Amino acid sequence: MTDMTESHTVAFPQNRTCPYHPPTAYDPLRDTRPLARVRLYDGRLVWMVTGHTLARTLLADPRLSTDPNRPEFPATNARFAEIRRRKTALLGVDDPEHRVQRRMMIPSFTLKRAAELRPRIQQIVDERIDAMVAQGPPAELVSAFALPVPSMVICALLGVPYADHEFFEGQSRRLLRGPTAADSMDARARMESYFEELIDRKQKQAEVSDGVLGELVRERLRDGELDREELIAMAIILLVAGHETTANMISLGTYTLLQHPDSLAELRADPGLLPAAVDELMRMLSIADGLLRVAVEDIEVAGETIRAGDGVVFSTSVINRDEAVYADPDTLDWHRPARHHVAFGFGIHQCLGQNLARAEMEIALHTLFERLPTLRLAVPAEEIPFKPGDTIQGMLELPVTW
Amino acid sequence: MHNETHESEHIHIDIDHDRCIGAGQCALAAPSVFTQDDDGFSALLPGREDGGGDPMVREAARACPVSAITVSDAGS
Repeated sequence: MTDMTESHTVAFPQNRTCPYHPPTAYDPLRDTRPLARVRLYDGRLVWMVTGHTLARTLLADPRLSTDPNRPEFPATNARFAEIRRRKTALLGVDDPEHRVQRRMMIPSFTLKRAAELRPRIQQIVDERIDAMVAQGPPAELVSAFALPVPSMVICALLGVPYADHEFFEGQSRRLLRGPTAADSMDARARMESYFEELIDRKQKQAEVSDGVLGELVRERLRDGELDREELIAMAIILLVAGHETTANMISLGTYTLLQHPDSLAELRADPGLLPAAVDELMRMLSIADGLLRVAVEDIEVAGETIRAGDGVVFSTSVINRDEAVYADPDTLDWHRPARHHVAFGFGIHQCLGQNLARAEMEIALHTLFERLPTLRLAVPAEEIPFKPGDTIQGMLELPVTW
Repeated sequence: MHNETHESEHIHIDIDHDRCIGAGQCALAAPSVFTQDDDGFSALLPGREDGGGDPMVREAARACPVSAITVSDAGS
């Protein structure tokens, strides 16, 4: 790392060349473990954590903050840098504030709650496939399946009317991908107004089946544990994180399976492999490929000093292919111990919805290939567009036939 | 403070409830030993306070994102 001059420093983030592999431009970083330097869009140099053990240590280190309102918080593009004043619940707050929010949400996202939701998830998946079969082949899998399934599931869980899905899916897309900062800020404002109204309605008519948001309104808002602004910020992140990420795992997971016919055949022959396969796909695809932090104190680590105010990025795709932990890391292998990947993050911000996400991925991928055993790409793989490097990774479209 | 400590002649499992964030990773890794209580926090299943000889107990501790679980040989 010390012999790397600035002009040779790898730029971050960059677009992937293959949608399920880290950008080939990151290859030098894979040879620089556990800590490297990368250059952001504005020329700023930040630390990049590349080693798996160090990543787990630092993601759990309270001296690294996730609060984007800190002036030195790193931005991965001009749009994010412009959107400064924002109240992001959970992922955007540090302890002790984070801890209070997280504890309110835990009971709704336990393994038991996820298990209870499985029949509902199965029903949603079956209905989406029925609709695809009725209208096709072919189909565009992102809009016909990968997006609506997690969108319907999170709506059912939160108590958000799915009839409004076009509105919030569109606003989520603008919030995460702009294209301009004004678009993202406008999308956020529209979602805030939407939840203002929805919370009003839930306050007026307490229905039994009004989901997690209804519970928060009745149990937390009423007695002042949570204020309205906080509840709205929480609702936005749960809704956005709850459907965008899983949708990308379903679309990119399907694409990856279709590009690995032997692994797919093995999985279809033995559904007992599903939980391990979901972890291995999480490791391999690492769709949230750039977790950002800023140091709030000096941290001595790996023979270097991360100074207070330094930016730190975690490329999950690079970390999850650390050869010291995963033998032959670029190969998809259902039998490897993939469990300790950091694709859901690590430390206090590890994905709140991971138990739900695992259930959704297992049911969606299993049922899709069980119902449509001849599923295949409808166009050559290299023609299918996928997302740019500065956002959650996944397919923009996935034309399939069967 | 709110630590729950269990000992047996073989291992000693300590769950730090102040640290626990309810990720459920322990219960996912070693479901015969760990569960989540109604608040979502990690808990040991009745009768399994000594780990029940499950080799996945240490794996569960390693899976915890906030190192809230400590497994040690009893007496150490």
